[in-house]
Amino acid sequence: MYVKDRLRRSMMFVPGNNPGMIRDAHIYGADSIMFDLEDSVAYSEKDSARFLVYNALKTLHFGTKETVVRINDLGSGLGIKDLEAVVRAGVQVVRLPKTDSAQDVIDCEREIERIEREAGIPVGSTGMMAAIESANGVLNAAEIAKASKRLIGVALGAEDYVTDLKTTRSDGIELLFARSMILNAARAAGIAALDTVYSDVNNEEGFVAEATLIKKLGFDGKSVINPRQIEPLHKVFMPAEKDLAKARAIMEAIAEANARGSGVASLKGKMIDKPVVTRAKRLLDLYEAGSKISEVEDD
Amino acid sequence: MTDISKIPHIDEIFNHGEYHGSEEKKRATFVERSASQNKIVPSLEDAIIKSGLKDGMTISFHHHFRNGDHVVNMVVDKLAEMGFKNLTLAASSLASIHSHLIEHIKNGVITHIETSGMRGELAEQVSRGLIDCPVVFRSHGGRASAILTGELHIDVAFLGAPSCDPYGNANGYSRDDDNGIACGSLGYARPDATFADTVIVITNHLVSYPNAPWAIQEYEVDYVVLTDDIGDPKGIMSGATRYTKDPKELLIAKTAANVIEAAGYLYDGFSMQMGSGGASLATARFLRKKMIDQGIHCRFALGGITGQIAAMHEEGLIDRILDVQSFDLDAALSLKNNHFHHQIGAIYYASHLSAAAVDQLDFVVLSALEIDTDFNINVLTGSDGVIRGAIGGHPDTAEGASLSVVVAPLTRGRIPTIVKHVNTIVTPGSVVDVVVTDRGIAVNPNRPDVKEKLVKAGLPVFTIEQLRERAEHLVGVPDPIKYKDRIVGVVMYRDNTIIDVIRQIDED
Amino acid sequence: MKLIKTSTAGTMESNDIMITLEPREEGGISIDLTSNVMQQFGRQIENVIRETLTKNGVENAAVIAVDKGALDCTICARCCTAIFRAAESDAYEWEVKQNVR
Repeated sequence: MYVKDRLRRSMMFVPGNNPGMIRDAHIYGADSIMFDLEDSVAYSEKDSARFLVYNALKTLHFGTKETVVRINDLGSGLGIKDLEAVVRAGVQVVRLPKTDSAQDVIDCEREIERIEREAGIPVGSTGMMAAIESANGVLNAAEIAKASKRLIGVALGAEDYVTDLKTTRSDGIELLFARSMILNAARAAGIAALDTVYSDVNNEEGFVAEATLIKKLGFDGKSVINPRQIEPLHKVFMPAEKDLAKARAIMEAIAEANARGSGVASLKGKMIDKPVVTRAKRLLDLYEAGSKISEVEDD
Repeated sequence: MTDISKIPHIDEIFNHGEYHGSEEKKRATFVERSASQNKIVPSLEDAIIKSGLKDGMTISFHHHFRNGDHVVNMVVDKLAEMGFKNLTLAASSLASIHSHLIEHIKNGVITHIETSGMRGELAEQVSRGLIDCPVVFRSHGGRASAILTGELHIDVAFLGAPSCDPYGNANGYSRDDDNGIACGSLGYARPDATFADTVIVITNHLVSYPNAPWAIQEYEVDYVVLTDDIGDPKGIMSGATRYTKDPKELLIAKTAANVIEAAGYLYDGFSMQMGSGGASLATARFLRKKMIDQGIHCRFALGGITGQIAAMHEEGLIDRILDVQSFDLDAALSLKNNHFHHQIGAIYYASHLSAAAVDQLDFVVLSALEIDTDFNINVLTGSDGVIRGAIGGHPDTAEGASLSVVVAPLTRGRIPTIVKHVNTIVTPGSVVDVVVTDRGIAVNPNRPDVKEKLVKAGLPVFTIEQLRERAEHLVGVPDPIKYKDRIVGVVMYRDNTIIDVIRQIDED
Repeated sequence: MKLIKTSTAGTMESNDIMITLEPREEGGISIDLTSNVMQQFGRQIENVIRETLTKNGVENAAVIAVDKGALDCTICARCCTAIFRAAESDAYEWEVKQNVR
């Protein structure tokens, strides 16, 4: 069963045909681990990766990490087979690649629902997220984000997208429109907005700059391709001390108001609005997650 | 001059009688004398003959040339050629390159071995019953103590040296130009030089007297043999030990650094040692960051020294280095160039008989092949029961340090690291304080003080039994290794009490 | 399950196992296993291979397996891949994970 609203600062890609990496994927502290059956798997090995991820999901423990599988697109004929395996294996979230329209999400959801019924799994157990990787997808982002109640978020897949735009990745200006569209679509639908990968693993400075930018824009998190990117990413999402102090004061005022039996809380003579409370709480949650000095999980 | 018997209390004053004239005055220049009146003998064979070596005696070697060593094989070949039999070979350690010894064990030249460890074909064959007399495995401190007390009596020490002068002042590097080979410290050769009956230095690089600074001083040396080849520089040391890029080792190292800090042993003026192995060496990198952030420095770093420790010394984070063995060329260069990078011998390093440097350690980070639920550590035999490692300074530093931290992945491939019983106990659980794996930390129940601090700091502390279960859950339970009754190795603790034995593996 | 051709699955990387499966008309299942953890896990690896073949209705086959420390779930996955490749089929019956929902 998936959890709709949870911390998703980091979503680590794990090649679906690599047993060693699958086995250890969850020990590095990523909030979500995403087993990939799509681009990191050669066409001739699609079957073996599917068997491997299926067996891993069924037998290995990944602690409290969210498990995600990136399936192949349904148009390829592989996506259905992937769904048959991973939905039964109990994956929490299916990541649909190359989502161009709301219909893509609806088609995928229909298949998931069919498999859940056939397998005797409660309908609605499997979450979804949609990766938007084309100009069409970006323009349809708002409809895509609202296309299924199973959606936990929308993500940008930048490599295909920049090719579609006839540009290449540079300082991020090329992605500004797509990021803004996807972020707004996600927020309008009340789901998570997740940024694309940063592929130069050795350039920590560039990675942190990009992470800082997407956090400013409002993204919940980012895909990572190497364990080394997790800690710097989580640091970017760590709230500043002055914001924390304010958040704590807000939560204290709320607690005090509740203790008084009053529905109205105020801080320094100003009434505290609901969004302010939501924001304060989110900040404190982020802080708590970021303060854990080690990420070893219970099996 | 008066009659010396008239001197009051003369029988209490030790003397050799009345002065009866000095030695003949030397007239040659110092340089001329160095060339003609010195300890150089024409060949290894001459040195062996002069040493008075006899069948049944004990010969010794150091392992500072690691897997590039050519001295052991060269000397034992020569001894075989000269017809010696029944010798005990006492090396500070042996490497894969010494598989050559198998032949000389089979032909009876070598009938007993003492060492810190063994690898490769020799180790495989010893595990399969090559030698009748069990191999004695000692820690570096244990060997130093055994030499000091005479329990390990060395008749002739054959000590390879990258530089030596005509009188025997020898070192692991040279302040003059290096001759292609430098091993840095010669710390493990020093007990041999001091206590062996006869000391033969074998060098490929004869330098002018005095070869200062020296590791081995001339009055301990009897003969000097000049030869072309003492070893392969590539096998002796690599340019620099690089920090691991393995994410799992980095994760373990980061956690180990957090453990040290949380346990309260990272303070201004602390002391430390990093054992070999990717995760333990990488711990220094995370400690470095903490030291810079907190503005603290390390009083001394001990042990096998890497270029990374030398770099921290050069940037002012470590005041002193005590170097018993230089792990890479950068460390060797630092020993040569930095005044406060100091060479020490094995007795000073780790002997339990006197206050040793290991006793001044705040913490040590050590690797392990196996850890059991009593915290016993095996660094000597593989999970298949075959010898494939070395004790090194493991038990010496674990006992000496106030906090011993053992780092290891929870499993290696399918092999669990944390098990019910280690194949071979090298370091007893009573001196092991914390075990750090990629999937959790365990604290020895005899250190509740440490456990409390780690838990308070939010570190993922489990019981060792829980860690063992985690490993088992992941990889399953291995079938037990089958052994024969025959004992092929005896493992000594640092005080040279027998802590365990190694049995012949049963492959039938 | 009718095996039609010889197939292989898996790699020689650590934590993986490479399975080569050869159809046989009779003679049951023969397993030629080499493993870097032979003493500790050889018996168990053979069991997993045999069980997976049997479960998928393979009665006669020659298996060559080169193991580099694979976990049971990996051994099972590689066997299944080899079986369905040898049978030129993708009609695997995916099962629901137990004890979760």
